[in-house]
Amino acid sequence: MKKSILLLLVLAATLYACSSGSTDPDGAGNGPGGNEVRFDRSAMLANWADNIILPSYNAFLSSHANLSAAMQTFRANPTLENLVGLRESWRASYKSWQRVDLFEIGPAEEVGLRLQVNTYPADVALIESHVAGGSYDLDLPSNRDSKGFPALDYLLNGLGADDAEILQKFMDEPAYAAYAADLIDDIGARVSGVVSVWNNGYRDSFVAADGATATASVDRYVNDFIFYYERFLRAGKLGIPLGVFTGTPAPETLESYYLEGLANELFLEGLDAVRDFFNGRHFGSTTQGESLASYLRALNTVKGGEALDARINAQFNAARTLVSGLGSFQSEILMNNPPIDMLQAYDEVQAAVPLLKVDMVSAMSISIDFVDADGD
Amino acid sequence: MRGFLEAYCEKSIQAAPLAVFRILFGLMMFAGIVRFWAYGWIEARYLDPALHFTYYGFEWVQPLGNWTYLLFVLCGASALMIALGWKYRLASVLFFLSFTYIELMDKTTYLNHYYFISLVAFLMIFLPANAYFSLDARSEKYRFQRVPAWTVDSIKLLLALVYIHAGLAKINSDWLLEAMPLKIWLPARTGMPLIGGLMGKEWVHYAFSWAGMLYDLSIPFLLLWRPSRWLALALVVVFHTLTAVLFPIGLFPYVMIVSVLVFFEPRLHHRLLQGLSNVLGIRKSRFDNGREWRPGSVMANRFRMGVLGLFFIWQLLLPWRYLCYPGELFWTEEGFRFSWRVMLMEKTGYAQFKVVENATGKWYYVNNADFLTPFQEKQMGFQPDFILEYARYLKGHFEARGGQEVAVYVDCFVSLNGRPSQRYIDPGVDLGREKESFSHKTWILPFNDEIKGL
Repeated sequence: MKKSILLLLVLAATLYACSSGSTDPDGAGNGPGGNEVRFDRSAMLANWADNIILPSYNAFLSSHANLSAAMQTFRANPTLENLVGLRESWRASYKSWQRVDLFEIGPAEEVGLRLQVNTYPADVALIESHVAGGSYDLDLPSNRDSKGFPALDYLLNGLGADDAEILQKFMDEPAYAAYAADLIDDIGARVSGVVSVWNNGYRDSFVAADGATATASVDRYVNDFIFYYERFLRAGKLGIPLGVFTGTPAPETLESYYLEGLANELFLEGLDAVRDFFNGRHFGSTTQGESLASYLRALNTVKGGEALDARINAQFNAARTLVSGLGSFQSEILMNNPPIDMLQAYDEVQAAVPLLKVDMVSAMSISIDFVDADGD
Repeated sequence: MRGFLEAYCEKSIQAAPLAVFRILFGLMMFAGIVRFWAYGWIEARYLDPALHFTYYGFEWVQPLGNWTYLLFVLCGASALMIALGWKYRLASVLFFLSFTYIELMDKTTYLNHYYFISLVAFLMIFLPANAYFSLDARSEKYRFQRVPAWTVDSIKLLLALVYIHAGLAKINSDWLLEAMPLKIWLPARTGMPLIGGLMGKEWVHYAFSWAGMLYDLSIPFLLLWRPSRWLALALVVVFHTLTAVLFPIGLFPYVMIVSVLVFFEPRLHHRLLQGLSNVLGIRKSRFDNGREWRPGSVMANRFRMGVLGLFFIWQLLLPWRYLCYPGELFWTEEGFRFSWRVMLMEKTGYAQFKVVENATGKWYYVNNADFLTPFQEKQMGFQPDFILEYARYLKGHFEARGGQEVAVYVDCFVSLNGRPSQRYIDPGVDLGREKESFSHKTWILPFNDEIKGL
């Protein structure tokens, strides 16, 4: 027994000596077997949090402040000009939302921020009954499709056939503006709440969980990131309106249904957010930090084979090109049967899914669920 | 030869190793059941999913609704009874049946070590493991200090078969020449304390691959040979502790560590049992009655030996059944399970199903999350028999809903051991028309590469 304990100690000591002594400072790559994957998961997490996620939230909050101000201006002085200004602020803020929509993790996941802010299509009858009744509880899960950006879409773009009619409605019925202002406040309160959790501790615990288990930040967020791409970008913004899951097109399920053409912009903004996040691009800048792309490059020093990060970027770009070439999603769906061009664009968006979900996840050995698995 | 066999069957040894094995095995299994329950896996794996992936021929084995909890209670209780050696024969049968039933309910959770446990449980039904240091042996009638040598040897043989098959399976070009999949798995662990700094280094990936293969192939012999036995135990502890730290494989490493104690001389087991007796205040000497356990009637013994003989022949042949199938085993997985191919592949897949109404030509895609848990979807994505079973389920579901005949196609991509993903299933084949069988699945597309070796 003594002998084996001694042996264990020797083995442990050897392992320890190797691990601490052999960190040669001048990098990888000297001969076969001399390569090394050098990648710091916590540096990537810090880049995500400090240079992408938090700046995106802050940018959203400032766009939201503009929206609030425009709402006040409009309520104080409901003119055509102020209606247009309000709509522009709403549009800018909705686009800014696409830059944070993908970060449904931690505090955002806890409060279900995406459902609170952007559940569409909006339930028009429910909105009208809230406006008419004057009392409503925006915390109720059953009211999610009567609030957020989609409900504002209806109020700002769908109340009448043209701006004059819409303005008339707001003037005739002040409850509309009051309701819209409540919705804007609701969005602001919820996002601010999430940001404050990030600023008060969550950022640090997010970066500190730099392991490689199903509960570690990288594994969890990569799952969420792919889920966003598949479920909300691909299916929500394109697939469901196209009817690819039912066989029947459903243009009324488009994001921002009441402002024709905005759905295209929102999709492209979401795709850009995905691409920039993948490449670790700092918010609002061209600087790139540690990211999924740089992680894939680091892994390739040992694994070899083609550069997966380049393939994924090429696929994002191909998707972007096809979607950019489309007319407004409304017209694509309504004017074509079947909507061939948009279906083709959908396929190109879809083609990134196996690259992310199979090749990337496999290269990074991302755990998908907390389960025992012996690799077979 | 005949004389040798007869002499071997007559040979007897101390029963203590068998008793220690029984106690440790029973306790570990009990802990395993408690752990499974505590993690909420009964709900997550067996109660929440809308459909379960079944084993061919065992489609009738399904979760029992809320009675499933009772099944786990039964399984845990019988494991404890085994540890105590109380009503052992009944307990070992109950444990084997309940545990195996649980494993057969959904193959999504298939693990080689669960299969191993089923096999050990089956074997134990036929061993007099309650002869010594058990509640049953409180009765003079059931108390024996010695048992036939083949009883302990059969456990050793099973363990040796597991290790050797696992080692042989590692003799392939991906494992030895590419250090795959360790090249993928280890770099993810660079953040670990103490050894994390090593995990990114390519030479470590190769060293682990080769050491793993040599370990598996040599460990049974190192355990059998007396002079190397303690060294072997040290290796077992280091190897399985490393795997436990590096990979999410649950209790398996610990099960293996305690199992190899059967290779040791009874002196060790007597010491362990003496220690336990001191703690529990049991008088161990009462079990040392010098009596030898003898198999019952000649017929019963023949039956026992016949079953065990067939059992081991089956164990020898089953891992090689893959030779009956064309194509790359890792790719088609025809003959992959039940053959000790442990931790050999990093395989990931993604399957998008398309349902086409035959009469109208109307088509739509399936949202897998509507039917499968994330774990099921992951496992389904790269295993042909899962893909087929799911496709047939979808056919049934959508035909019942829409009232007309549909065809089910899949567009599936799979990446194996770091290769770029490749289309896996013929997208032009209506899987709704295909049937599960033991014959080769012709709709699996050929693998674009070659893996040499066993």
